[in-house]
Amino acid sequence: MIRFTNASLEYARGTVALHDVNLFIARREFVFLTGPSGAGKSTLLKCIYMDERPDSGEVKVGATSSLTATRTDVAKLRRKTGIVFQDFRLLEDRTVEQNVAFALEVIGAPRNTIAGKVSRVLTQVGLASKTTALPRELSGGEQQRVAIARALVNDPFVLIADEPTGNLDDRATRGIFQLLRDISASGTAVVMATHNLDLVRRSDYRTIELTHGEIVFDSASIAAPTGVALLDDDAGMTEAVL
Amino acid sequence: MSLATREALVSFRRAPLLSALSITTIAFSLFAFGLFGLVVLNIRQALETVSERVEIRAFAYDGTDSRSVAAAVAEISAYPEVLRADVILPQEALERARREMGEFKDVFESAFLPTAIEVRLKPGYRDPDAVQRVAGKMGAFAFVEDVRYGEDWINQLHRIRNIAGATGMVLGLAFAIVAVIIIGATIRMAMMARAREIEIMRLVGATDGFIRRPFLIEGAIKGTVGGALALGLTWFATSVIERYLSFDTVFFDTRLAVAGVIAGAVIGLAGSMVSVSRQLRQA
Ligand SMILES: Nc1ncnc2c1ncn2[C@@H]1O[C@H](COP(=O)(O)OP(=O)(O)OP(=O)(O)O)[C@@H](O)[C@H]1O
Ligand SMILES: [Mg+2]
Repeated sequence: MIRFTNASLEYARGTVALHDVNLFIARREFVFLTGPSGAGKSTLLKCIYMDERPDSGEVKVGATSSLTATRTDVAKLRRKTGIVFQDFRLLEDRTVEQNVAFALEVIGAPRNTIAGKVSRVLTQVGLASKTTALPRELSGGEQQRVAIARALVNDPFVLIADEPTGNLDDRATRGIFQLLRDISASGTAVVMATHNLDLVRRSDYRTIELTHGEIVFDSASIAAPTGVALLDDDAGMTEAVL
Repeated sequence: MSLATREALVSFRRAPLLSALSITTIAFSLFAFGLFGLVVLNIRQALETVSERVEIRAFAYDGTDSRSVAAAVAEISAYPEVLRADVILPQEALERARREMGEFKDVFESAFLPTAIEVRLKPGYRDPDAVQRVAGKMGAFAFVEDVRYGEDWINQLHRIRNIAGATGMVLGLAFAIVAVIIIGATIRMAMMARAREIEIMRLVGATDGFIRRPFLIEGAIKGTVGGALALGLTWFATSVIERYLSFDTVFFDTRLAVAGVIAGAVIGLAGSMVSVSRQLRQA
């Protein structure tokens, strides 16, 4: 469903953000993306929603290829990829339900379908009682739920989360993580970049580690002999994987 | 009201000064076009009416035989440019001169006026070129001593018309360029003010076309308002001229007036299109 083939990306000032990345993520999979700051996690996620495209190699998401996609193709792709960030990115002057409805309005969804979808997805993320609140009246965890609701309202096949719990305390983090697990369980793939190794350890989801733009560990290839050698730099992760 | 239109109207509230400025420059652009366009239109009209009286006169030498004059008149009448050619005998010329210039009656006592051929041109040929051509041919008759026509003022009117047309073009274009620049700046500011929204729109899969739409509508609305304003201004200017210079003028017909307003919309649209496309490509 998502395939990186020899994908490399270098930013303007000569920073190598991705180097020869080969990766396949299947439908319904839950994938953690870890690695030190600057390793290229956000860049890899951007390649999935085609905010960036590799300089060489290819990224293919569904039927959309980074080699051939037009701007309109990318827009269409994003309707099927939900995206959430550490900083929520909500519209401060709109209520919870308006924020979620926005995602439907701007893709020209039929107006009479919007209210129903919005209320369904807000119930799903546990915010049915906060529909008319403004973002600043919500806790960080609640704001992230709004962002997730907005990402889900178009029934994406993958939810891309770039450090979704980066701004949250432990309790809120657990809540958001549980929500992402539920989303994954209901059939949506989740690709989540995170620095929170606790989360990674406590679950047995696939984990991919990046360093300097290269995949240095992928728990999915643990069976392969080359994968084992890569496990030594993070004992905790090795534990979780084994 | 559609989402896009609502968004477009919001920006008027957000940047009223810049919006007013863009509308004003569009209005000035079209006002310049309109005013000088009207000058051209009115001069053309004037040339039309005045030139109904455009005539070329060939004066015969004293004692020219009336048969050769008649033959020449027949020949001249057959020129494609010529509406009619008449012989004016000295007696008639004298009477007419007395009628037209009563005060100088005495001057015209004696019959010193020569026989003349008077030619009027067909409507399509009342321009300096045709006049000169026909005058030249008339001058070629052996008995013709002198050919006179309103050479100077016809040329003058044509020159004024051309200058007015060019001035209108240049001023109008200059203002149009300024209008496009100001509208571009307004749109750029509006897009910056809405950067967060635009970012989220792109994130959730809005197409460029959708994102662009409210800004294009905004530009078109401003342009239309500017065009209507220009039309009002030109109309006001002509009525002032009519009142104080007691001068009959022609105004644009409906088709031209509508075209002017549409031109405003086009300027507005062009300004926002350029700016929005550039912004979207950068983002
Ligand atoms: N727009 C950009 N222009 C230039 N360089 C960039 C840009 N975005 C990222 N980089 C650089 O590319 C490298 C990878 O960045 P990226 O944001 O993908 O890392 P990351 O793994 O997400 O880091 P973090 O954990 O801090 O979020 C870094 O060295 C970063 O400085
Ligand atoms: Mg990052």
